[in-house]
Amino acid sequence: MLESPLSITDVTLYINDLFQTDDRLQSVWVMGEVSNMKRAASGHCYFTLKDGAAELTCVLFRSDAQRQSLIPRDGDSVVAHGAIKVYVQRGSYQLYVDRVRPVGVGDLYAQFEQLKAKLESEGLFDPERKRPLPSFPRTIGVVTSADAAAFQDVLNVLRRRFPLVQVLLAPTLVQGSDAPPLIRRAIQAIDARDDIDVILICRGGGSLEDLWAFNDEGVARAIAAARHPVISGVGHETDFTIADFVADLRAPTPSAAAELLTPDIEDLRYHVARMRRQLADAVTAAVGRKRSALDDERRALRNASPLVSIRALRQRIDEYTGRMTRAERAHLHLMRANLRGKMAALSAASPDAILKRGYVMVRRTDGTNRADGTERVNSAAALRPGERVRLHFHDGERGATID
Amino acid sequence: MEHDIAGMNFEAAYAELEQVLTQLDSGELPLDDSVRLYERGRLLAEHCQQLLDQAELRITQINEG
Repeated sequence: MLESPLSITDVTLYINDLFQTDDRLQSVWVMGEVSNMKRAASGHCYFTLKDGAAELTCVLFRSDAQRQSLIPRDGDSVVAHGAIKVYVQRGSYQLYVDRVRPVGVGDLYAQFEQLKAKLESEGLFDPERKRPLPSFPRTIGVVTSADAAAFQDVLNVLRRRFPLVQVLLAPTLVQGSDAPPLIRRAIQAIDARDDIDVILICRGGGSLEDLWAFNDEGVARAIAAARHPVISGVGHETDFTIADFVADLRAPTPSAAAELLTPDIEDLRYHVARMRRQLADAVTAAVGRKRSALDDERRALRNASPLVSIRALRQRIDEYTGRMTRAERAHLHLMRANLRGKMAALSAASPDAILKRGYVMVRRTDGTNRADGTERVNSAAALRPGERVRLHFHDGERGATID
Repeated sequence: MEHDIAGMNFEAAYAELEQVLTQLDSGELPLDDSVRLYERGRLLAEHCQQLLDQAELRITQINEG
């Protein structure tokens, strides 16, 4: 049985009634990120509030807009109050905003602390979970926005330090309420690859709200679940995000992350050149060792040859000869002393020594049998009277005539 | 060890170069092996230097399904 069809107006008004009889929808606070903000000439503001999963169309009429201390801009995280009603002409519902304020830093901080405590209690920040990074990454999986300055910073560092590396980018939004699920999916997509060594998640500096996507639980869990080690470089030195705590290494900035991941090419050049020199030294040393071993062998061989014993024998003979000469020299010395004694005795018996004692020697000067024409006279009977003689004293001679 | 050097990536060539050096330094090899190792080390070092000199950062993007 077919019911009689309702008009569009009837069904829309019926839905409108449902909305209006729901007290909760008549006064509601919602939190989200502002986008598609348009301020009409009339002064009314139209925008969309969204989080990662859903959107809510909002209108802020001029009269209400004038009372706000802050008119929302795209990208702002806000809390808005109002009633959700059906916009009959369009067949849609929207939030009629009467109050809007930015999400307080205090609110975000409380959320941050809450999530941090929760993940910490689960052990996701434990030091034992931290994995070492590769010393020479071949391919770095980068999770960031392709247009971001942070990505260019990373590429510049890699180009300068270690251009051998390859970069595989998993592009994602890195800001706003849409960002967390996209970041999570990018992490999962890049982690599924087998051709990367490490994952670098980065985003440049910004406000607390700008970095908020990195305080998302889903992002944190995706990092914790990654098969590959993860290094994070989000914001500036002073910014800490939940992603940083879960990552295997937190770098203060995207550039710093790229530096921590890579060796310096100049260092590598130096090391390669040094190893090359060491190689040459090592092989020279090896040859030297072999040569000295060979020398040792040759020496040993020489020591074993008969020539050596012959040489040793010859040396002994030389030594003996030396010793014998010394003995002979001593003997000669003795003989010389002996000779000197004999010569002294001999000189004591000489004619000069006798003459000195007062004796005179008589020589005949004719009838000679001597070369100098004299002849020693040994007896008185041998002399005739008138014969010429020479008298020899120790200090000279005189002539004389025999009586 | 007997990989073709020309096809080696930097990490592998660098690691083998370090290894060759350690082996050579140990001094317990026959001379022939020392000389052969030296020659391989020299080629590895050359290859490393070449890779460093020619390196150019390559960037690709994954296609999201």
